Amino acid sequence: MTIVENHEFPMARTCPFAPPPAYEEIREEEPVSRVRLPDGEWAWVVSRHEDVRTVLNDRRFSADRQHPDFPQLVKGEAASRRPDEERTLITMDAPEHGPARKAVLGEFTVRRLEALRPRIQEIVDGQIDALLAGPQPGDLVDSLSLPVPSLVICEMLGVPYADHEFFQEHTVKVIKQSTPPEERWAATKAIQGYMADLIAEKEDNPPEDLLGRQIVKLRENGTYRRTALAGMGFLLLVAGHETTANMISLSTVAFLRNPEQLAMIKADPGKTLNAVEEMLRYFTIIDAATARLCVEDIEVGGQLIRAGEGVLALGYSANRDPRAFENPDELDIERGARHHVAFGFGPHQCLGQNLARMELQIVFNTLFRRVPSLELAVDVDELPFKDDANIYGLYQLPVTW
Amino acid sequence: MKIIVDTGKCVGAGQCVLTEPALFDQSKDDGTIIVLNETPDGELAEKAREAAHVCPSQALSLEE
Repeated sequence: MTIVENHEFPMARTCPFAPPPAYEEIREEEPVSRVRLPDGEWAWVVSRHEDVRTVLNDRRFSADRQHPDFPQLVKGEAASRRPDEERTLITMDAPEHGPARKAVLGEFTVRRLEALRPRIQEIVDGQIDALLAGPQPGDLVDSLSLPVPSLVICEMLGVPYADHEFFQEHTVKVIKQSTPPEERWAATKAIQGYMADLIAEKEDNPPEDLLGRQIVKLRENGTYRRTALAGMGFLLLVAGHETTANMISLSTVAFLRNPEQLAMIKADPGKTLNAVEEMLRYFTIIDAATARLCVEDIEVGGQLIRAGEGVLALGYSANRDPRAFENPDELDIERGARHHVAFGFGPHQCLGQNLARMELQIVFNTLFRRVPSLELAVDVDELPFKDDANIYGLYQLPVTW
Repeated sequence: MKIIVDTGKCVGAGQCVLTEPALFDQSKDDGTIIVLNETPDGELAEKAREAAHVCPSQALSLEE
């Protein structure tokens, strides 16, 4: 059999509201197929909803990004891999992963997060006050999308918000595809070093914040290491920063383009949580980042995948799979989209997903109620979408009201 | 209907609690599933089916 890789990955979006056009062709014609990666290696892509869930929830697929055979989506990344790098939750496998995740999960339970609701509401209101007090057009990214999740995660972790410009600047470098590997490494190290210093200050008298409580808890079970906690803090800060911010911006554009959908949540805020799920599905801002390495032969969607082979689980394709979602390319906040894989699936499914849901719910319910005349200040075509980032979104969102 | 959980598989995503807080809760310590009512019926049984459908780790199964 000749082996042909018909496509190169990662594939850029050509429309802000749709996956790359080739996804549909792959999903319908060759749902598990070989593709070419930037370094010239090949990997499988898995594109159907059911198969993506299988890959992300089977122990025969490893998340160990330090493994030499792990599929690399950024050119030159393999050469700069550092085996001594501190492992974070994202790169761990069982049996190491479960206990490490469970050590911090208590901070993210639905009930615990619910207690933060009034404070998040206050933060959202404060940012909208500032937007309305400022000049028109205003930039929604700068005034609302970025500061809300940033303020929230900083308060949770016990990170001074005054330092946000420092980690914002470095976070951008970490997630931009065009950042040279050496620079990405330096940016990662800078944030982790900052975290380690901050944690060191908390060690003597651990405060009542997430990092402080983690120091106490991990000491109690004898597993406390400052560098490991700094790695966790880095992950939570970066993940809590960019993801929700981009979803706020993109969803705002989608609501303004679909006034009938917006009218539904304004009439009944009880529908907003379903709208959040639909927005997550519709945009799937982290797509091919859910790569895995097969460590034991397994058949997926009728295709044998062998140990040592790389796999990209295409979340965006899964979330537009008509087998799982009727009329998948339509934005329909009432469809019941909760089985989407925008937060991933399986043991690595997003730790902060319920925080993100609550932030988005509060923002949508507050923004459109308080600023009913909100409009885009430029055409959608002129908006600076993040075509070059691992996390899709908007650099700026000029609005008037 | 009987709800069966495998806490060893549970990854603490909390999707079940979001689906129906009258049926499910999470351990304060490690976020894993706690079933509040193992034998729901009527509307609650429907909620249990939805929770099983969205559970990311298949920790939740139903005996109908």
